Amino acid sequence: MNMFNSKIPAGALHEKWDNYKANAKLVNPNNKRKFKIIVVGTGLAGASAAATLAELGYQVDAFTFHDSPRRAHSIAAQGGINAAKNYQGDGDSINRLFQDTIKGGDFRSREANVHRLAQVSVDIIDQMVAQGVPFAREYGGLLDNRSFGGAQVSRTFYARGQTGQQLLIGAYQQMARQIGLGGVRLFNRTELVDTVTIDGRCAGIVVRDLLTGEIQSHAAHAVVLATGGYGNVFYLSTNAMNCNVTAAWRAHRRGALFANPCYTQIHPTCIPQADETQSKLTLMSESLRNDGRVWVPKRADDNRPAHQIPEDERDYYLERLYPSYGNLAPRDISSRAAKRLVDKGQGIGPLKNGVNLDFSAAIERLGREVVEERYGNLFQMYERIAGEDPYKTPMRIYPATHYTMGGLWVDYELMTTIPGLYAAGEANFSDHGANRLGASALMQGLADGYFVLPYTISSQLASLLGKTIPGTDHPAFKQAEAEAKERYNGYLNVKGKRSPDWFHRELGKIIWNDCGMERTREGLQRALSDLPALYEEFKTDLRVTGTGDSTNQTLEKAGRVDDFFQLGMAMCQDALTREESCGAHFRSEYQTEEGEAQRNDDDFCHVAAWEWTNDPMNPTRHAEELVFETAHLATRSYK
Amino acid sequence: MSHLKNLTLKVWRQKSPADSGHFENYTIDEISDEASFLEMLDVLNEKLISDNKEAVVFDHDCREGICGTCSLMINGVAHGPQKATTTCQLHMRTFNSGDTIVVEPWRATAFPIIKDLMVDRSAFDRIIESGGFITAVTGGAPDANLIPIPKPVADAAMDSAACIGCGACVAACPNGAANLFTAAKISHLNYLPQGQSERFKRTEAMVETMDEYFGSCTNHGECSAACPKEISIDVIALMNKDYRASKFKNRKELSR
Amino acid sequence: MVVFSPYIGQCHRAGVLSQRGNRTSVKLILMATTTSALGSKRSPVTATATGTRRKRPFLLDLYSTAVGKKYVMAISGIAMMGFVLFHMIGNLKMYMGATALNHYAEFLKELLYPIAPKGVVLWILRGGLITMLFLHLHAAWSLTRLNRFARAVKYQGPRDYQVAKFASRTMRWTGIIVLSYLIWHILDLTLGVVNTTGTNGEFVKGEVYQNVLNSLNRPVVAAFYVIANILLGIHLFHGAWSIFQSLGWNNPRFNNWRRGFATAFATIVVVGNVSFPIAVIAGIVK
Repeated sequence: MNMFNSKIPAGALHEKWDNYKANAKLVNPNNKRKFKIIVVGTGLAGASAAATLAELGYQVDAFTFHDSPRRAHSIAAQGGINAAKNYQGDGDSINRLFQDTIKGGDFRSREANVHRLAQVSVDIIDQMVAQGVPFAREYGGLLDNRSFGGAQVSRTFYARGQTGQQLLIGAYQQMARQIGLGGVRLFNRTELVDTVTIDGRCAGIVVRDLLTGEIQSHAAHAVVLATGGYGNVFYLSTNAMNCNVTAAWRAHRRGALFANPCYTQIHPTCIPQADETQSKLTLMSESLRNDGRVWVPKRADDNRPAHQIPEDERDYYLERLYPSYGNLAPRDISSRAAKRLVDKGQGIGPLKNGVNLDFSAAIERLGREVVEERYGNLFQMYERIAGEDPYKTPMRIYPATHYTMGGLWVDYELMTTIPGLYAAGEANFSDHGANRLGASALMQGLADGYFVLPYTISSQLASLLGKTIPGTDHPAFKQAEAEAKERYNGYLNVKGKRSPDWFHRELGKIIWNDCGMERTREGLQRALSDLPALYEEFKTDLRVTGTGDSTNQTLEKAGRVDDFFQLGMAMCQDALTREESCGAHFRSEYQTEEGEAQRNDDDFCHVAAWEWTNDPMNPTRHAEELVFETAHLATRSYK
Repeated sequence: MSHLKNLTLKVWRQKSPADSGHFENYTIDEISDEASFLEMLDVLNEKLISDNKEAVVFDHDCREGICGTCSLMINGVAHGPQKATTTCQLHMRTFNSGDTIVVEPWRATAFPIIKDLMVDRSAFDRIIESGGFITAVTGGAPDANLIPIPKPVADAAMDSAACIGCGACVAACPNGAANLFTAAKISHLNYLPQGQSERFKRTEAMVETMDEYFGSCTNHGECSAACPKEISIDVIALMNKDYRASKFKNRKELSR
Repeated sequence: MVVFSPYIGQCHRAGVLSQRGNRTSVKLILMATTTSALGSKRSPVTATATGTRRKRPFLLDLYSTAVGKKYVMAISGIAMMGFVLFHMIGNLKMYMGATALNHYAEFLKELLYPIAPKGVVLWILRGGLITMLFLHLHAAWSLTRLNRFARAVKYQGPRDYQVAKFASRTMRWTGIIVLSYLIWHILDLTLGVVNTTGTNGEFVKGEVYQNVLNSLNRPVVAAFYVIANILLGIHLFHGAWSIFQSLGWNNPRFNNWRRGFATAFATIVVVGNVSFPIAVIAGIVK
């Protein structure tokens, strides 16, 4: 099986994308309307792809489980979007963005894809400004930039703390225009439940109408999955409540390889869990660490309020451990440091599950007004959620799952191992390697949707001209529909005692404890014995009330949790077999003396792509070797 | 952390759009004051499931106040009693032990109830589809810094663009009007130099689409008070002005 | 109200689009969809902005939308505000004695005389005011109807308004009461039909001063005048501010003045108008 043709075009790295475009096959404008393309998910990648493909003249069917495309979770990104515009004249270039992204990803991503991302990043900003995204500006009227972790230049464009929202609304508006004009047909409140492969090619999808429970098939020439990441496998994460892996996972079960599931990013500054009922964690912008000092009491189980703990009984551990970077140590490093202290009992707050982020020194030094000007909205948000005034008491923070670098394996054309099935945005594994830099997720989503997929899909469709594709009356569609019906009826018929949420929470605990920030062989092995047991319980003790023929959020959740279970097993296996530490994947066994991640480039300089075998505990591991022609494999150091 | 005890919830239950619906009383014996309002509903749903009853359906997603999916009329106030706060960011510490809390869906003819507390806000999408965009075909954009935009203009556009499309303005408006939503989008795009070519076409189309679904503005200001992003009703005045201008301009230009 | 998105989309296209122009279309959606059943297959949303608009005379087209009707509310409101203000100022002549007031009444009839015959200009003004009143009423009536349709099913729990003021929420009621007061007022002091009921005097055309005294010496009538004028003030308090919003007169420089203007305007009119019955009852004007 030729699973690993990553189809990287010939030529020097900076010429590959141009070469690809120059040689890509085109579809005549009159013929474009003969092709139907399905886009699942309407976040940055999905909405931009749907809009652009419809502009080109293809018939586009867009699916979202939300009520409106504008709800997708891209909306919650705060910080910004990177682009190698070099508007600040500080030495930025496409090559530098490429190098930073490769290094940030700890040399576990594909050079050609990353370089293309850096190239098109420039067009994204032009495109979004033309669409009316109100990016922050200088008084002279030109675009403002800020700097972000992992870069020495200011290349991040932003719109207050709502960059994701503004970009998503921009892409949504382009898509809405196409819906209005008839180029896109929108199916809202409709969830993908299966993909259908006929004669080795993706023939379409099976969806469930979330309002009526009706199962329907849709056939198309090409299918794009832009369905986001799987961070919710941890139960508590900064993802939205409805984020799930179902679309990607169902495609995986139908033959698409799933790459690097263990690469999950932890964000160090989130508001810690407050009680058992907590349903999600909220991220506080990383910029807070510019002025806040991170500390815990030196003594374990110190119950005194922060202001009563004298200076010499406080451990400013980041300043102590990483004197040169101090409180600005990278995400993964500061996350792990916090976890170790909390595990030792030095955590603070009612549940002893956080560390202090203290602004009293900054307020003393700069004055309350300056602090308020810089962080006012974040402080307000914190106060709303935590009910404490961060001007008076330190913020409590703790790391939380934030982004998943792993996803469906795709080639240079963003096509999965199922021909005709594409994956874009967070749903694919393509660009971030083992760790994503801040402000790069928005860039990747829009790059895939606006500037990559329209070219690569056209190129593929050209060869299908004049051929008929299987309709939804094909037996394979009927069978997939029957299986989906059976699956959802199955959840209703278990009639056990536990709700899907209960299983999700328990699943999350296992994954967080054993496949979270710091992983060990024993822990992963433990998880791999606990998970099947809990999954078995899920199959026999699940309780879904209500019926399958009207809106039933409990039933929706059951389907998603089912897929999270299977994904969770894959994650643990991936983490277990990747016997090295790289980026966000930290195996305690593989660290330097200073406690830094120790890569093993000899054995693991590859993408692990997993093949479904009908047994979630025994998938087959394939490896795509990563070749670095331009970037030099080096050790990340932030000392 | 402390706990609230003995909360009575009067929750609107409605099986289907056609059902007439009714309030159902539930009690929450104990809930942490750190819980958000929606987490309190999660607890209620867990309880309902364990009693073998159907969970209350309600829209929610990001739970950090930006996606605009959550709704709910809480004690007669859209998004509940805390100012500039979505329901998902409303926490139980705002309430007291023993309180009775009335939870109702948004009500407007354009927002039909789907089930329980879930309503359909697609009419908002129809308004955007009719003109809430700047036509910019992918790939043809000039350099982003080609047109400088004065900072105050960009800031004003951003103030309007902060709208999350939750529908609280419609829900709070005694007339079920969507003027704040529509005006926020119109003013966002009409402020920007990029939005000028389609300014009047956009305004006319959006206002008239809005008109097909929603009530009219009588300048109460309830919309702005309910808006989680505190968008000012000044944008409605801007929309009204541009609509008038658009009628005159389009009469000449679009009839050619 | 049995609609969800695709239904709205479809109705929009099939039902309402052809009816564009009838701007009570919320009602049409309502009617078109109450019959739709939930079980039927949902279809996707597309081509929602491709319809063509019905061509109509410009002003009618403008008036057909709610925003257009609000312009009419505002413009007719301005005209009537001008009227109440000058009416009040003119009536202040009452304090200068019978002759001044009666001459003033005569003067109104002689506007532009001799270019125009006596009374003609006054009738033109009256015609204009009646037209404005009619437009104001028609716009108010149709907007009220639209708003009722826009929330056909009311909130079942109690509402807790945050900022909507008594004035803004009672516009319809203050409007209706002021209208009935206006009718009474015309019957009382213009036509004299109800002027002598309950008094010993007799209504004489042109003897404005005496007619006013006759009327306002009735405590019940005086009270009615006071109450109606306070309600007029409440109506003006919201209306005079609303005009700026409805017509889009918005500028950060003067936005803070809009509320002040409305308050001052309403106060001046009310204080002036209310002073008359009080002065009569108190015997200051005899």
